[in-house]
Amino acid sequence: MSWNRNSVAVVGAAETTKMGKIPDVSVIGLHADAALNAMADAGLKPSDIDGVATAGISPVELAHYLGITPTYADGTQVGGCSFMLHVRHAAAAINAGLANTILITHGESGRSRVGAGGWPRAPSSLTGQFEMPYGVAGPPTMFTLPVLRYLKTHGLTPADMAPVATIQREWAAKNPRASYKDPLTVDDVMNADMIAWPFTKLMCCLVTDGGGALILTSAERAKDFPQKPVYVLGAGESVETPMVSQMEDFTSSKAFRVSGKKAFETAGISHADVDHLMIYDAFAHLPLYGLEDLGFCKPGEAAGFIAERNTAPPSDGKKGGKLPLNTNGGGLSYMHSGMYGMYALQESVRQMRGIAPAQVDGAKISVCHGVGGMFGASGTIVFSNEA
Amino acid sequence: MPPRMLPEPTPETRHFWDGCKEGELRLQRCTSCSDSYFPPRPFCPKCGSRDVEVYKASGTGVLWSYVINMRPRPDMGTEPYAIAVVKLAEGPVMMTNIVDCPQTPEALQLDMPLKVSFAKQTDDITLPLFAPAGA
Repeated sequence: MSWNRNSVAVVGAAETTKMGKIPDVSVIGLHADAALNAMADAGLKPSDIDGVATAGISPVELAHYLGITPTYADGTQVGGCSFMLHVRHAAAAINAGLANTILITHGESGRSRVGAGGWPRAPSSLTGQFEMPYGVAGPPTMFTLPVLRYLKTHGLTPADMAPVATIQREWAAKNPRASYKDPLTVDDVMNADMIAWPFTKLMCCLVTDGGGALILTSAERAKDFPQKPVYVLGAGESVETPMVSQMEDFTSSKAFRVSGKKAFETAGISHADVDHLMIYDAFAHLPLYGLEDLGFCKPGEAAGFIAERNTAPPSDGKKGGKLPLNTNGGGLSYMHSGMYGMYALQESVRQMRGIAPAQVDGAKISVCHGVGGMFGASGTIVFSNEA
Repeated sequence: MPPRMLPEPTPETRHFWDGCKEGELRLQRCTSCSDSYFPPRPFCPKCGSRDVEVYKASGTGVLWSYVINMRPRPDMGTEPYAIAVVKLAEGPVMMTNIVDCPQTPEALQLDMPLKVSFAKQTDDITLPLFAPAGA
């Protein structure tokens, strides 16, 4: 059996009612709020859902909390791109008849930590034995580790990462729900507090509360739903390593390359077909790796591509770039609860529905690329709004 | 200061930590395809063969990449420190800290030669840290 293009569609999509700082809602409450909003968007009740997928909490908790009796449950947990994998698996499951209507949820109290679990790293795990003893302190000191090698290989400097943050802030300025909207300069980025050299605070993502949910069903049924269907044209996934120090190549992510290639192949598209792009940006170097590993830029050329405004919105009467990237403002300016992939998917769906705050005129194909762990995993979804 | 987070060896990694305790950096290599690899496991990650051997590595390498953590983890003290990756002469890379060297971008140059420097933590655990080869 082969991949079946456009046979499955997103018919419900929503984020949590509030976003940013939500001290009065627990993690499971954020899942439920997003799920109920997505069901309202699709005109469905919990009893209409027969498949569930989530990460962070168990699909058992999700189904029980919402009163769903599923015939399909996916608990794939590979970090922030888990939801891209859930979309891919859901498309295959719907085609295989495992379920008809699948709900995918995310909720995370990243900032307020209400009802949030820990981040366990057993001292006997490989990370516990071969990374934790050297003082790593979460993503800012781990995800960032390969970048000096990347910069040296390509003759770049840390300042070459700054335009990623400044240009995404331009997109965020157009988005009423973005956490940060004030303009940024390269100097602002470079002079911000140093978190883990060479990364300043403004090269690191936000830490916020929020959630999101998607509902997928067959393209055939999708026509009867209230919202414009957004089709799953192609998809890919891969994993590489639980230890960032063991990446095969510090200048390129193998998981990105494998996932991206599969997504483009299954969608049957070329790079020129892509109207809109999301690349999970927990840190400023990720869009550089993403643009190169997905094949939009040659190795070492992504920073220049961004600095030359190829991914920027229209500004001062100048036309926008040819490849609008991270149009919600991204994890650097929009929001980042911990597992950001769901918000990238939501923005792709909004763009394909034609309702995004910074809508890309006439966009027909959106590529949404996620990362999980610290270059540990990847998932890529190609969406289309044409059947 | 809380005690430093330390590894808990498993049967598959015990030879590595025993080696550090005895002042040897031990790697593994496949006797079928000769691939040297890290972290430890009882089979070759390249070809899947279980015919592997433990050997004493040179303990030399170069600084491959790093970050300087400006917000020290409580068990690591109060000063910024580099979290580094060394590319060993035998091929594999491993995370470490750099000792006998200022923890600054100026002092920490990629590709500078490094040599292992064992740092005893407890009776059971010694960490393989690295120092500039000329130090």
